[in-house]
Amino acid sequence: MERPDFQVVPRAGLPIVAAVALLLIVAIAVNDKWPLMFLHVVAGATWTIIDLFLGFVIGPILGKMSIPARAELTTRLMPKMVLIMPTAVAVTLAAGWQLATKLGDNLTGFQYHGWIVASFIVVGAMAVIALGLLEPANIAVLTELKKPRPKPEVIERLMKRFIYAAGATGLMQLATLVIMTRLATG
Amino acid sequence: MSKERRLPPVTQLGMLSLSLIVAAVIYLSAHLPQHVSLGPAVALLAASALLLVGNVFSLWRTEGFAWRRFLEIARWALLAYGIISGLIEYVFLRNNTSGGPLVVLTLSLVVFALTIPVLIAFTVARYDEPESAAERPDAA
Repeated sequence: MERPDFQVVPRAGLPIVAAVALLLIVAIAVNDKWPLMFLHVVAGATWTIIDLFLGFVIGPILGKMSIPARAELTTRLMPKMVLIMPTAVAVTLAAGWQLATKLGDNLTGFQYHGWIVASFIVVGAMAVIALGLLEPANIAVLTELKKPRPKPEVIERLMKRFIYAAGATGLMQLATLVIMTRLATG
Repeated sequence: MSKERRLPPVTQLGMLSLSLIVAAVIYLSAHLPQHVSLGPAVALLAASALLLVGNVFSLWRTEGFAWRRFLEIARWALLAYGIISGLIEYVFLRNNTSGGPLVVLTLSLVVFALTIPVLIAFTVARYDEPESAAERPDAA
């Protein structure tokens, strides 16, 4: 199987991840509304868009590609996902919680507290699928592709798991969009 | 396809453990910063921790598992998810969470930061070549 050379965790991306983590820490320490809102919206939008795009656009296309084309796309796309997804999830959650605390939205007396709790539940379910199924499949596919003789059936199985998990979280992202737009409009 | 080894249901139990710990954090987050009864969160945390320990124990008893690969992946995943858990802990500390809720949240984050590396490392190592008993980490 022809494969371009790749790193499972792209080292060039690590300084960017560190910079984003630093921005998050500073934003939480300063506790100003705009940087928290910025980080929460940017990271949340990244998470939502990637889930929807992977689950409903890339996934079906990937399934119809030839094995060499699929291997090439996988080795170029998946290492980036190893860094982007955990970072987007962590920033969305941490900045979101701090923002909700600052605005008082997470208080039980808040008018839309039920919607806030609903968002916790949806995000929690997405996090379980993303961290328990999607991320391990992502790393395992890349590790398999690094082997001298990768097994196509293993890659096929793990890619299916990855795409189905992305589709499931993509569906749940629709619920997140409903909740977040409802909260934003009041 | 080569004949598959029989392995314990690590992914299924890990997902259940992760779900329980996430439920505990959601329960606490839905009530904080107001007073919250810790009973349900402690029960969820204990169940999740037990599942994690049981999961690792059942895997430990498995013959011919690729432990070297498992530990290699788990180490890096632990570092990554330790940092993520630290960031989440920092948010709670920043908002003056203290006492019982902080202890339960911290322990929940510890279980979270251990469960995910087990899931990632297991998913990678299950497709690796099995090791002989002499290659197990405890067989020095």
